Amino acid sequence: MDAIWLQTLLLADSTVRLATPLVFCALAGLLSERAGVVNIALEGKMLGGAFAAAAAAAVTGSAWIGLLAACTFACALALLHGFATITHRGEQVVSGVAINIVVAGLGPTLADAWFGQAGRIPLPGSDARFAPIELPGAGGAPAIPVLGPLYAEVVSGHNLLVYLAVAAVPTVAWILAKTRFGLRLRAVGESPEAVDTAGIGVEALRYAALLSAGLLCGLAGAYLSIAQNAGFIRDMTAGKGFLALAALIFGKWRPVPAVLACLLFAFADAAQVRLQGTPLPFVGTVPTQAIQALPYLLTLLLLAGFVGRAVAPRALGRPYVKDR
Amino acid sequence: MGCASRLPAWVELALLPALNLAIAALIAGLVVVLIGEDPLEAVGLLVYGAFGYGEAIGYTLFYTTNFLFTGLAVALAFHAGHFNIGGEGQAYLGGLGATLVALHWGQLPSPISIPLAVAGAALFGGAWAFVPGWLYARRGSHVVITTIMMNFVAAALMTYLVVNVLIKPGQQIPETDIFAPTVWVPPLAPLSASLGLDLGRAPVNHSLFLALVCCLAFWAFVWRSRFGYELRVVGKSEAAAIYAGIAPGRVTIVAMTLSGALAGLLAVNEILGSQHRLVLGFTGGYGFVGIAVALMGRNHPVGIVLAALLFGALYQGGSELAFDMPEISRDMVVVIQGLVILFAGALEHLFRAPLENLVSRLQVAR
Repeated sequence: MDAIWLQTLLLADSTVRLATPLVFCALAGLLSERAGVVNIALEGKMLGGAFAAAAAAAVTGSAWIGLLAACTFACALALLHGFATITHRGEQVVSGVAINIVVAGLGPTLADAWFGQAGRIPLPGSDARFAPIELPGAGGAPAIPVLGPLYAEVVSGHNLLVYLAVAAVPTVAWILAKTRFGLRLRAVGESPEAVDTAGIGVEALRYAALLSAGLLCGLAGAYLSIAQNAGFIRDMTAGKGFLALAALIFGKWRPVPAVLACLLFAFADAAQVRLQGTPLPFVGTVPTQAIQALPYLLTLLLLAGFVGRAVAPRALGRPYVKDR
Repeated sequence: MGCASRLPAWVELALLPALNLAIAALIAGLVVVLIGEDPLEAVGLLVYGAFGYGEAIGYTLFYTTNFLFTGLAVALAFHAGHFNIGGEGQAYLGGLGATLVALHWGQLPSPISIPLAVAGAALFGGAWAFVPGWLYARRGSHVVITTIMMNFVAAALMTYLVVNVLIKPGQQIPETDIFAPTVWVPPLAPLSASLGLDLGRAPVNHSLFLALVCCLAFWAFVWRSRFGYELRVVGKSEAAAIYAGIAPGRVTIVAMTLSGALAGLLAVNEILGSQHRLVLGFTGGYGFVGIAVALMGRNHPVGIVLAALLFGALYQGGSELAFDMPEISRDMVVVIQGLVILFAGALEHLFRAPLENLVSRLQVAR
């Protein structure tokens, strides 16, 4: 019994680790898409954040400066995204693709030139990384049956950014649902004309939404390169930005369901690593690739309206043109 | 996506793309300076690497062929008002279609086996794009999102098939057996040698002609056929199309399927023309570069030929450059592709608005 409980806890633990970047990115996508800006650049902004974090942390030896660099760079990309889509009313999808591709090339190019390690940036010392935090009492907790190991294995022992992601969920949900900024942000994604008529700037609101999304993508990137892993490697986001986008749609553009979808996808990923080659009851051995494709298939089914119906914010993807 | 331009044709078709390209090149040059190399020397090496000798030209044309297929694929969907980011997955599935034919009927005489394999590539690529087209037309799902999802599903499916099903028996490397030589698309080297150009070991093959035929067919289809007209009407305004008695759903499905078939033909060049077996990840990002090619080429075959040649040269010249200047990695080419998409696509209004102002002011003055 204890062994099974421990296995379950370890599975939950790795689910949390894998879900963290997804949660940050899904919240980022939530903020920008609810404001009416399609954000398929989550992948690129997160990768940019990972690169900047590793580069700054490798040079300065400080994880905090790395975190700052990640957020700054991701916000700069968000500004570029805004400049193209809000100021110049460019095609939102095209600009997202552009940012993804530029960053996918720029990271390895600069890493290669500056650090000379074939597109990688290794971190020098342990100070350059966010270390696991032992919560108070975690050392003695396993002595307590059932709940003790849960506290020690799943709740305690993560790095700062994991806890930040946990805190970000209610914060973003509260901002969106309860604050004046959140109300306006949702309004600008549904009916920018009404927001404009009320005398509130559409452009400024959308910029604010994109910038807060950029900040969250920066956190996700920093998590990948200076917390979960020690350094930057090419394409280290490996589609996580798109997975987060799928989670956002699967959660029907609402914070709590989107985060639950992130947890579901992360759980599938964590289970997949453990299940490799092990036959399951009723279905036999499930190929790894089937589990990898599962989130995307589920999202496709949802988009097709076969499981519920996902209704996008009404003004999503439409640049706002003020009537003259 | 297609808005009426108030600019003279030469500004629209030549000056604007040139300006967009120039600013992308300028920023790429800045990155080279940031790395600490001389950008002008880099350009020289790149041009020599792409066109300096026979084998380089052969490789440039080989990559150009890939970009022609994916560029046409993106452009066709654009004309119907859709953004097909699924070229990567459709091309991957095209590889499966070509491979299945090649493995089963590859021994048939070339005049039978090659067209069959080409059809297999087009069919599978088209089928993979039919799904997003159908989902949009009948269930209202957004093409951008569904094509992204389909890319990931394609990657997982192909990995599974190559690793577990199609792999050559008794080996570890995830790739199929070599196809029978009868189904190989013949290389261009013998032909060009008779014309006095030595292409060396470059993999460029007769798929290049297939791509050029596709360009012609694209033009005739989009601008000279009844269906092409319907396609463009739907792309401009679905409401107008319905009013004119055109069914946008049907048009979208056909347009997406044809777009996927064009992307699937990438496999003819890569798999039947060069690799002669199915390998993992042979699509290598060409599907995404197709977006840059279509944007740069203004969705017209002539523009697409020029843009594909440009990107083919960048690809080949870029790898030579990375060899000659070790400080510059091959990823620099990816940066340039991204910058072209940024300036030719996302920021296309950056120069358009000032130019339109200038033109209207000149007209008033006259």
